[in-house]
Amino acid sequence: MNEALITLQDINFGYPNHPVLSGVSFHLHPGERVALLGENGAGKTTLLQLMVGLHNPTRGRIHAFGRERRSEQDFREVRAKAGLLFQDADDQLFCPTVLEDVIFGPRNLGKPESEAKAIAEQVLSSLGLSRYADRITHKLSGGEKRMISLATVLAMQPQALLMDEPTNGLDEKAEQRLLEHLESLPQAMVFVSHDRKLVERLATRAVMIQDGTLIEGLMHSHPHVHTHSHLHIHAAGIDAGHDHDGSIPEHQHAHGEG
Amino acid sequence: MQLTLIEKESRNDRLRQFDPRLRLITALLFAMTVVSLHLIPLLLLTLLLALGMAWWIGLSGSLLLKRLLVMEGFMIVLLVMLPFSVPGESLFTLGPFNASIEGVQRALQIVLRANAIVILLMALIGTLEPVVLGHALGQLRLPDKLIHLFLFTVRYIGVLFDEYRRLRLAMRARAFVAGSNRHTWRTFGWLVGMLLVRSLERSERILAAMKCRGFNGRLYLVKQNIWSRYDTLALLLSLSLSGTLLLLEQTL
Repeated sequence: MNEALITLQDINFGYPNHPVLSGVSFHLHPGERVALLGENGAGKTTLLQLMVGLHNPTRGRIHAFGRERRSEQDFREVRAKAGLLFQDADDQLFCPTVLEDVIFGPRNLGKPESEAKAIAEQVLSSLGLSRYADRITHKLSGGEKRMISLATVLAMQPQALLMDEPTNGLDEKAEQRLLEHLESLPQAMVFVSHDRKLVERLATRAVMIQDGTLIEGLMHSHPHVHTHSHLHIHAAGIDAGHDHDGSIPEHQHAHGEG
Repeated sequence: MQLTLIEKESRNDRLRQFDPRLRLITALLFAMTVVSLHLIPLLLLTLLLALGMAWWIGLSGSLLLKRLLVMEGFMIVLLVMLPFSVPGESLFTLGPFNASIEGVQRALQIVLRANAIVILLMALIGTLEPVVLGHALGQLRLPDKLIHLFLFTVRYIGVLFDEYRRLRLAMRARAFVAGSNRHTWRTFGWLVGMLLVRSLERSERILAAMKCRGFNGRLYLVKQNIWSRYDTLALLLSLSLSGTLLLLEQTL
């Protein structure tokens, strides 16, 4: 197997009298899409932030992109290679206009304005967001903000993506669009999510935080045949492509269990 | 939350063809001119000019009045005090107090000046999209730190206001009615405290997000405004207008 992009070795983290993580070890290999699961407050966000050095572990080693990382200086390089998508897009988008937000990362990596602009335009168009370039960030809707946030992270051309509840607060259509884009990306990913559909479609592996430690999750799905009803809402009087005569339509599919 | 003084559909287009920097420079030029005028008729003329400008741009009268009232309330103490505190020829007496003609004149000057300047600022700068204003200030080479402060304020004032509204709604949902009692003051104290704590936490998250994208002390603004021939023309026009006003002040 290829060398791991990010390796956490026996990490402890916590506040005095309040341990959050203890003895956490983790590897992220190229091509993997790892779902990070756990209850509210289990430390999922903290773990993502530890990977890019936003917190200092009280014990343990972090190895990322070829060498051990300790200092703030070390982690600057890591942050360029592992893009972190924040849970609240309002935290992530702080520049006046969308284009300025997307070129912010590339400019910080030392790219001249024309090149940064070309990258930004290319990333925006690959996500189908070209028409947003001149929009003012605080006037975007929640779904738009999330997509632009993803663009700002992708513009840094990272080798790995760390995402904190990427579909949280999105409606079905926006979620579907985001999911399609994420599926088409080549980067290795770690993502926190409570969204079963996202985990089912995206994850190649799952890990769980339980009582402060990380355990490997078993992902499996078992096919079963049964009848059940789905809640189906559409406007009255519109032809939705099915009858309401009480007959049971053919319906067989596998259910994945997180 | 509405930050600009004008609706999208109104006649703002008349100024859109000009560079925002022109609007800034003109406003500054006009303000400096008005401050150096002393003659009441000339000040009246500038006030009319400012009102005309506001009308031409399409500023709504009621909104203008609302903003002006805030300032008038601020100035009223000064206006009442000035006639009595400036020595000079007596106009009328009020008990032991003596109102002077010079004092009334001074008060009138201040009212006219302040209103003319504020109306013009509202017409020229208040109608600019705040982000565009930030860019224009940046292009005029104001200190980066000030521009960043301004742009961050614009970006997050709405976010903080939403947070305030959510908290206030949560209070009302639990049957809170403001009164003048201890309970009310303590509750508002908590509200303000909670807002401060949340803002602090948000600022930490924003800084973390900035670090993640390699922040090194600079924001990169993409230049947008282009100075055209018409801008030069308009600038010359306003220069000659303020020159005429100053000349009239000297000769009359």
